[in-house]
Amino acid sequence: MTRTPLRPLARILAARQSGQDPDQIERENLAIRHEADRDGARDRAEGRLLVMGVLFFCAFSLVALRMGGLAASDPSEPRAAASGAQIVAARADITDRNGRILATNLTTHSLYAQPPLMVDRERAARELAKIFPDLDEDRLVRQFTGARKFIWIKRRISPEQQQAVFDIGDPGLLFGPREMRLYPNGKLAAHVLGGAGFGREGVSSAEVIGVAGIEKAMDATLRDPGRGDQPLALSLDLTVQAAVERVLEGGMRLMNAKGASAVLMDAHTGEIISLASLPDFDPNNRPRPLTEGDPGDSPLFNRAVQGVYELGSVFKIFTAAQAIEEKVVSRSTMIDTKGPLRWGRHKIRDFRNYGKALSLEDVIVKSSNIGTARVALMMGTEKQQDFYAALGLLDATPVELIEAGGAKPLLTKNWSDITTMTASYGHGISVSPLHVATAYASLLNGGQQVTPTLLKRSETQLGPRIVSEDTSRQAREMLRAVVARGTASFGDVQGYAVGGKTGTADKPKATGGYYDEKVIATFASVFPAHDPKYILVVTLDEPVETSGKEPRRTAGWTAVPVAAEVIRRAAPLLGLAPGVEPQPAYGVTLTSN
Amino acid sequence: MKGFFFVLTALCVMGLAVWAYQQNYATQASLRDVNTLRDDISALREKANVLRAEWAYLNRPERLADLADLNFDRLGLLPLRPDHFQRIEHVSYPVEPLEPVTVPIEVMSRLGADQ
Repeated sequence: MTRTPLRPLARILAARQSGQDPDQIERENLAIRHEADRDGARDRAEGRLLVMGVLFFCAFSLVALRMGGLAASDPSEPRAAASGAQIVAARADITDRNGRILATNLTTHSLYAQPPLMVDRERAARELAKIFPDLDEDRLVRQFTGARKFIWIKRRISPEQQQAVFDIGDPGLLFGPREMRLYPNGKLAAHVLGGAGFGREGVSSAEVIGVAGIEKAMDATLRDPGRGDQPLALSLDLTVQAAVERVLEGGMRLMNAKGASAVLMDAHTGEIISLASLPDFDPNNRPRPLTEGDPGDSPLFNRAVQGVYELGSVFKIFTAAQAIEEKVVSRSTMIDTKGPLRWGRHKIRDFRNYGKALSLEDVIVKSSNIGTARVALMMGTEKQQDFYAALGLLDATPVELIEAGGAKPLLTKNWSDITTMTASYGHGISVSPLHVATAYASLLNGGQQVTPTLLKRSETQLGPRIVSEDTSRQAREMLRAVVARGTASFGDVQGYAVGGKTGTADKPKATGGYYDEKVIATFASVFPAHDPKYILVVTLDEPVETSGKEPRRTAGWTAVPVAAEVIRRAAPLLGLAPGVEPQPAYGVTLTSN
Repeated sequence: MKGFFFVLTALCVMGLAVWAYQQNYATQASLRDVNTLRDDISALREKANVLRAEWAYLNRPERLADLADLNFDRLGLLPLRPDHFQRIEHVSYPVEPLEPVTVPIEVMSRLGADQ
């Protein structure tokens, strides 16, 4: 690079000769050089700006292209990433408390037809009618030759049927995969599980949604893909449930009953170990609801949860326990049982005349309506209502079944004194067997409220205290006395110290009034009475025991033997060894001399 | 010197290109493998699910009860009753077998001593 000198000798000499300032030439040249430098710097800067601009343009174009590509293309799973938490699209399984499967999924196929693709429509229709006897050949021909381009033929087909359809060899008969809900145990725990059906359907998949029972109540949880393949563990015990259902079915037949239900509950946690209602159904093939007649006669009807009945004398223990808790009476206080008890135009009678007076314990043991009504009157309406509310007898049970919310107890609108009297022995108030089981659990487990649940709980959940430990113990002792020497003597299972209360209530007529010969027999029990672990409530609908001269309908003859058999069978399965019942201490006082 | 660096750079670029090419194909192959494995896993999962369902179906209480009834006598079964429970203390320890006597031991007997 040649540099122009700042003071070129020729010009300097010429300037000197002409008397000009030679420094001016230097300044001039310096200015020219600065200008050249500046131009160069500007060019360089412009060049750099251009490069930066191009770079930024490329980068933004890349981002834009990528965004456009992402927006326009179908999403796909990241393939290379290590899979962390698993996402499972299938509905979660349901298991019992020991992990045995109660409900699971199975992949089957659905069958559909696309008539435009079909080769021989008549033959296809004929062959299909042969494979599926419930399809009508003429109708299929009409559908295939009509204007429709897409026809569902079957929602679910077995692999054998699929092969048979495949063997027809028609390209217009196509299969789509279908997840199917399977209940491998058939009728077992049918009312708890409910059933499942298809929601929105497409060719390649269909939504499986719960239609009843816990499947519907816990639908969102079961369908949550974030659960992974973790099943929903219920509190039910499969073995115990099977044993209870078997015994109950036998008992229902023997006692000529129309229906039966049983609730077996853990007294401390409120977990329902077994919940049975007969007649039952197969959730794999759920029958349609009845369109006429009483929906209560349908096998879909869950008697243990939905069936609200006046359950009768099983309520007496609530009144007695409350009276002891309030210190209105004690166990040995004599209660006037002269009958009939008149109140306005109402009369309260006992099953038979129990004489002038009975102690409170004997009122329970002999099941005297008059005695209980008098005790209830001593406490008054308000206290009774509060106590029943604390026991959960005035609201629907919070159990995880979709049917439970609809089964609100039936109460009279104005709770007068006569209602207090009848409600004290379980009339004029209709509740479900599950209500009674919950109330018994709360009262007898030491006096702390429990909430019934069908989900497995890991720890005991003790609610607010309802009655004192001592009242709870006295209530259990009275119930034990009912079995040992009272109306429920058939319920005495060796080694399990069963305590319980019978209840026989006339069924109300739809037209008003009560039937004479139709009863609901209930036995609500706790075992072992000295160390309460389980609550069992057995209810029989219209039982008649015909082994004697006269037909017997009372719970002592019908529900109690069935419940005893249930305990005999279920208690060993629950791991409950028979024990020796502690005897009440005889009046021996140890003294030292 | 300049020429040498130029050749070296060119060789480096070519080497990197070959490496990148191989890595690209290796990655694609691994991704294909992963996909196949995923498919295998889901197929096996489905199979396991079917087997579990079948296991549950074969072990349903109704069937087991029927089988128990069928083989009641042959297997000498008994219905489970509360009196089948025993305390753990009631189970005796197995009798230990007598070890062979290898060392001679002195045995004294009163036989004849009283006479």
